[in-house]
Amino acid sequence: MSGLEQWNWFLDGWIIVAGILCAVSTALLGNFLVLRKMSMLGDAITHAILPGLAAAFMISDSRSSLPMFVGAVIAGILTALFTEWIRGFGKVDEGASMGVVFTSLFALGLVMIVQAADHVDLDPGCVLYGAIELTPLDTILIVGWEIPRVVVVLSVVLLINLLFVVCFIKELKLTSFDPALATTTGFNATVIHYTLMTLVAITAVASFETVGNILVVAMFVVPPAAAYMLTDRLGTMIVLSALLAAIAAVTGHISAITVPHWFGYHSTSTAGMMAVATGLLFVVAALFAPRHGIIVVSVRRQMLSWKILAEDIIALMYRIEERDPHQKPDAAYLREILFSRPIPTLLTLRYLTKQGQVADAGGNYELTETGRDRARQLVRSHRLWEHYLVEHAGMSTETIHKQAEQLEHFTDRRLREKLNEDTLDTDQDPHGRPIPPEDELR
Amino acid sequence: MRAFALILLCASFWPQSFVIAASDSGEIQTRESITDRSIEIPEWKDWKRVFLLQDYNTRVVILGTTLLGMAAGMIGSFALLRKRALMGDALSHATLPGIAIAFILATSLGLNGKSLPILLTGAAVSGLLGIGAILLIRNLTRLKEDAALGIVLSVFFGAGIALLGIVQQMQTGHAAGLESFIYGKTASMVASDAWLIGSAGLTCVLISILLYKELTLLCFDEGFAISRGFPVVLLDMTLMGLVVVVTIIGLQAVGLILMISLLVIPPAAARFWTEKIVNMTVIAIVLGALSGMIGSAMSAIFPNLPSGAMIVLVATVMFLFSMIFGIPRGILIRKLRRYELNTKVNRQHLLRGIYEYLEARGLLNEKQTSETTLVPLAALHQMRSWSLPALKKIVKRAQQEQLVETIDRDQIRLTSAGLQEAARVVHEHRLWELYLITYADVAASKVDQDADAIEHVLEPEVITELESLLVRQSTEGVLQSPHAIEIQQAETNPHRPDSRRAT
Repeated sequence: MSGLEQWNWFLDGWIIVAGILCAVSTALLGNFLVLRKMSMLGDAITHAILPGLAAAFMISDSRSSLPMFVGAVIAGILTALFTEWIRGFGKVDEGASMGVVFTSLFALGLVMIVQAADHVDLDPGCVLYGAIELTPLDTILIVGWEIPRVVVVLSVVLLINLLFVVCFIKELKLTSFDPALATTTGFNATVIHYTLMTLVAITAVASFETVGNILVVAMFVVPPAAAYMLTDRLGTMIVLSALLAAIAAVTGHISAITVPHWFGYHSTSTAGMMAVATGLLFVVAALFAPRHGIIVVSVRRQMLSWKILAEDIIALMYRIEERDPHQKPDAAYLREILFSRPIPTLLTLRYLTKQGQVADAGGNYELTETGRDRARQLVRSHRLWEHYLVEHAGMSTETIHKQAEQLEHFTDRRLREKLNEDTLDTDQDPHGRPIPPEDELR
Repeated sequence: MRAFALILLCASFWPQSFVIAASDSGEIQTRESITDRSIEIPEWKDWKRVFLLQDYNTRVVILGTTLLGMAAGMIGSFALLRKRALMGDALSHATLPGIAIAFILATSLGLNGKSLPILLTGAAVSGLLGIGAILLIRNLTRLKEDAALGIVLSVFFGAGIALLGIVQQMQTGHAAGLESFIYGKTASMVASDAWLIGSAGLTCVLISILLYKELTLLCFDEGFAISRGFPVVLLDMTLMGLVVVVTIIGLQAVGLILMISLLVIPPAAARFWTEKIVNMTVIAIVLGALSGMIGSAMSAIFPNLPSGAMIVLVATVMFLFSMIFGIPRGILIRKLRRYELNTKVNRQHLLRGIYEYLEARGLLNEKQTSETTLVPLAALHQMRSWSLPALKKIVKRAQQEQLVETIDRDQIRLTSAGLQEAARVVHEHRLWELYLITYADVAASKVDQDADAIEHVLEPEVITELESLLVRQSTEGVLQSPHAIEIQQAETNPHRPDSRRAT
């Protein structure tokens, strides 16, 4: 049923280790790309390393790792540099300059590779989606252990990135959130920027061989973005992003083996499934995040709008009562004045009845004692604000109602007392209606 | 200008072939021609064959890519001005899972999985889903657009790669053709593809011409468009839809990775040549068409060059040329203008410095003799924050323009032309100062700096206006400075409030 019976701790174990190493080292730097609004730079750099690879290959005429590594890193740094130049000198929008640079470099790389492709398997496809499945086959001997070469390389990269982030966390934070302040306090934002870019290029190059550049882009952006949804603290965000990246790597590989079996196929690209796994994690984080999640935010917004509607209703009923104590409005009448939709109005009225703030007398409503207290406070807030806006903020009598209408919902007793102190001279609002007392005089 | 661009373009390919040939030079003797990496220069009949469109295949390919370049140039202009340049990138990557799913579904339903309309429908659906996802992430979460693009791009493309991994195991279909969508395979284009590109591209162009005013408004002033009651969200969706269509018809020609370049590079290049959106779209269309045409022609002539990449490289060369030499906004012209302005500003500062120095000492009455007293450079040096070498350079330039004369090494004096010019400059400076004091309520001690910023760029009409506004009496001569001028060793207070004129 599943592909897990073919699980081989040696093969799959190393694939997962390589995936985790790559994912975590990429996600560490990705936090700062996301915070600096440069998420697409990971994409640009990973595409643009192609000509570097091809040039290194043509010059050294070998597929040995070091020249190609260096060539690719140089091409990656040049991408960041060219993007900055075209943006600065040419006054081109940043996205466009990035688009120009990386597509040009990628096209150049394609042309160069086709020139070289007659007798070498430098396959652009390998650059795009990598060959993580082949990781365990290329091993080197370290202290008697056979360890895949890629795992060694990625461990070194992870160590460097970790050191960089830990050592320069303060500088990174400052330059990411407030580059101008960083410059004025004496940090060189440019140096930090290009160090970050260099590390991004190194990480991308070290990873692309294993996982392909698409997974690198995914790891640069998606886990940090998910972590950004979950927390407001930079430290927590970095740790979370690393954790999410690692989880995505593991689930990605497992699902690459198992999921195709449900449909009768063998297995599929691990890198692709890892990218999908990060995407799923992001969707979960974006929906269910405790403070900034889509669901929480929309529920909070809905609650607030209902609360405001409820307060509007009882305040309106207080005003009606004030004018004519015997008039008992029905739902349609209230709706007409408040411009509210029928169903929310009805639900809110039912809620208010249940709360004992409004009494339902056969379709017509009147305020109960508790309802009247709350309504009086609202109307008091409203009229105090109107008075304040005219007396102290110098606004004209015609424009204040709207302002006061918004402010009345967020005014508590203490604020009302303050307002009252400022407006002691009168007990009427600018429209000539009485400002009700805080507590009814009995 | 365009012809020059072409020459430059052709020239730019020589070094490249040299580089490639050079890297081979060490081993070229030992290798057979099969492994030879250098680009062979084709014979004359090959050139003729391509340029006279004698081959049916070449004709179709060049026609198709040219039309594609035109459509992409037009739509790309709006996308660029809307700052959505990279949206096309995310979008084109997002089409891959759609292509794979369309192939799988069509094959399992017994249809021809590789038929272009089916694959492109799949691409369009998943491209639109990608756009929807981008908009959702941007509008509903605290993430910014760039992160939304990165997320959609990588996750969709990853899903596409995973699906392609499955497609490759399918018994029924040969999936070999699908990867050509990633890099493009222009050479395999047939007449019906060219027609598809042509008609879809034409539709896009027509729609954007119909909506020209609305799209322009959307690009430049969204807030105003909203306030005038234009359906902004709908227009935005239309624009994105057009981008989707252009991207999808370009998939086959240049591949999904390079498709964004046709949407971005020609409009970005066109931006350097004009400040008007109509001109910009027209230039972008021309540049897009040229890069499609030249790129695919190059690839037809030189057998070893992939056409998608060549189209992009041609566009890049045009971009670089435009960025450097573009007339109103290119780098060179802006540098030149700045240089001219700086020279003018420096010259005016020098003249004003000399004038104020003379005025403070009451030495201006010798004006009538057309030769004024000598001014030591050291005194001028102290009046402004300029370095001595820079000052000497400015003096030298002014000398060439016969505004000042150097008597010995550290002494200069104004010529009569120089004195006239100096009087004009000082007059304009003080007019502006007076204006600031009278109408803008700027403190007299501060006006000098404020006037410094603007006095150099005042138009003659503004001067006349200022004069009629401020100087009720005769406007001959130079205004008295409204504040004390600080000059070293100025023994007497130069402020003489009783007379408005200095002379």
